[in-house]
Amino acid sequence: MSLRKSLYAATAMGLISAVGASADTLTIATVNNGDMIRMQSLSSEFTEATGIALEWVILEENILRQRVTQDIATSGGQFDVMTIGMYETPIWAARDWLVSLDGLPDDYDIDDILPAMRAGLSHEGSLYAAPFYGESSMVMYRTDLMEAAGLEMPEAPTWDDIAEAAAAMTDRDNNINGICIRGRAGWGENMAFITTVANSFGARWFDEDWNAQLDSPEWLEAVTFYNDLLQNYGPAGAANNGFNENLTLFQQGRCGMWIDATVAASFVTNPNDSTVADHVGFALAPNKDGMDKRANWLWAWALAIPAGTQQEAAAMEFINWATSKEYLELVAEREGWANVPPGSRTSLYENPDYAEVPFAAMTLQSINAADPNNPTVDPVPYVGIQYVAIPEWAGIGTSAGQEFSAMVAGQLTPEQALQRAQALVTDEMEAAGY
Amino acid sequence: MARSVTTQRKTLNTVIAWGIGLLIFFPILWTILTSFKTEAQAIADPPVWFFFDWTLENYRVVQERSNYSRFLWNSVIIAGGSTLLGMMVAIPAAWSMAFVPSTQTKNILLWMLSTKMLPAVGVLYPIYLIFIQLGLLDSRIGLTLVLMLINLPIMVWMLYTYFKEIPGEILEAARMDGAGLRQEILYVLTPMAIPGIASTMLLNIILAWNEAFWTLNLTAARAAPLTAFIASYSSPEGLFYAKLSAASTMAIAPILIIGWFSQKQLVRGLTFGAVK
Repeated sequence: MSLRKSLYAATAMGLISAVGASADTLTIATVNNGDMIRMQSLSSEFTEATGIALEWVILEENILRQRVTQDIATSGGQFDVMTIGMYETPIWAARDWLVSLDGLPDDYDIDDILPAMRAGLSHEGSLYAAPFYGESSMVMYRTDLMEAAGLEMPEAPTWDDIAEAAAAMTDRDNNINGICIRGRAGWGENMAFITTVANSFGARWFDEDWNAQLDSPEWLEAVTFYNDLLQNYGPAGAANNGFNENLTLFQQGRCGMWIDATVAASFVTNPNDSTVADHVGFALAPNKDGMDKRANWLWAWALAIPAGTQQEAAAMEFINWATSKEYLELVAEREGWANVPPGSRTSLYENPDYAEVPFAAMTLQSINAADPNNPTVDPVPYVGIQYVAIPEWAGIGTSAGQEFSAMVAGQLTPEQALQRAQALVTDEMEAAGY
Repeated sequence: MARSVTTQRKTLNTVIAWGIGLLIFFPILWTILTSFKTEAQAIADPPVWFFFDWTLENYRVVQERSNYSRFLWNSVIIAGGSTLLGMMVAIPAAWSMAFVPSTQTKNILLWMLSTKMLPAVGVLYPIYLIFIQLGLLDSRIGLTLVLMLINLPIMVWMLYTYFKEIPGEILEAARMDGAGLRQEILYVLTPMAIPGIASTMLLNIILAWNEAFWTLNLTAARAAPLTAFIASYSSPEGLFYAKLSAASTMAIAPILIIGWFSQKQLVRGLTFGAVK
């Protein structure tokens, strides 16, 4: 009998939970990073002002991407606002999966959004996702180690400068690696970095007829240079290192340089977590001597509204609040200017208070140096700097990334890795009908 | 002489057993230790073991940021509900296979098990679409049903093995005394198979508690259980190990405690039938 009672109870509970949410509750899917969590904690202000309640679904980046793709592709309607990246936005907008943000009010000042960000988050001239924070990549280096080596880092270094500095700072006896860069396989992991290196060496993923170009001499030069850097001056096990692993190494004083997202600047200069907080300098991502494309990428975590939501107006109101100038001021007032989400608005960088943040100028310069519509030396048919904004990219980027990761692990030569990558990219693109 | 050899061997066995036990327990121990460290200590190299400033900061942050009790309650309902619902189906199914087998029983058992060989992601979209149609997305009842169905083969198999050990004559005697089918299963078979049923239920609760594919893919805000709670503490950019460890410790604590108190029952149930 007790079994039966328990069963009734469980069923009743389930039924209660199946009843839908009330009309003015927004469900927001997002990733766990400092700026987003801060927004979550400040969002009670939004609820107080508008009466719109918020439910948060915070997931790991890859799970989030899979989860929102699946929901949006099936019109599941689970989310009213979702955090997506620069890669997904134009692809999803082209499929009518997102609501255009043309309806944002005038005082939102859409023209204030940094031009590079707006370009990457638009489709046919309309904004489809509002940047919450944006980032580029840059060189972070140890000023004390550079000084000890008798070197000075130029503000805009070349790859030769980087190689020289890496050689000078590498000190295997003291467990200091000259350079830490990404090696772990994934389209958003090692391929983000390798693609920017390739861009700066004059390489491109596809020619204007969508033929894969990984067999070009520029690719070989770029990949060989990347591999040599890691083999000679990189940390052990670099083939498994992504952002967080390199962050850890840098914070513990194990890296002379780290080239990665500009958002890392606030972590490595935070004395609570970083043992080298007082000895970090910043420089623009490198270029190859004589070429003008720099190896910096462009990325934004942005807020978008999935088509088919029942709460479009409320969702628009939320996006208006979370990506507004007023929100940046709210964060500054509560937590200081260094904690304001960077890289979204021009007015932030014109603010004299923000100009005092040590990495502000370099972040803006890096973002402005990136142009997603014109990422390579030779013309290309695609948009995107460290990615190619086509649906097939996630697959081909990850497969090619595995070849390059195997190269870093010493299992393949650069020639072999490129040959394999070229073959698999060609196959995939043919199968996709390009 | 013989006695000293035995003692030596006993000591050796004990040491090996403890060694293996500690090795298996180590990741959990490390997670618990890390949950009391700061983020900087969590990634320190060389690692810090026991001598650091123990802090409850991570637990405070996790409590502040997430509604733990809601995730916990969802886990309890989903794991408990799917187990109870599963037993309602599995006990009669195992009874019929153990006591009135047909020529196809073996095949049916194998076929049931074969459903576990299909990767879950292969049926994600069909199930997702069915859930949209039925309005079951992000509902506890939907998840309870799915978890019940995916664990059902294991439940039936385990119960079938236990029931096979029970002499059919006892059930026959009950029938001779006028017991109907329901009475036979409820009042004769079930009490005799309590250890088996208990360990099947326990194993099922653990499996459902830890299930992290369907629980992440079919929920959003309302029905998300502790697996989603843990997933929310991993970060693409930034340090999170200490907070993630605190969240993991909070998520596994209930099941760890249940497991600790019921380990005798669990071991007895799992080895039931194996010793004969």
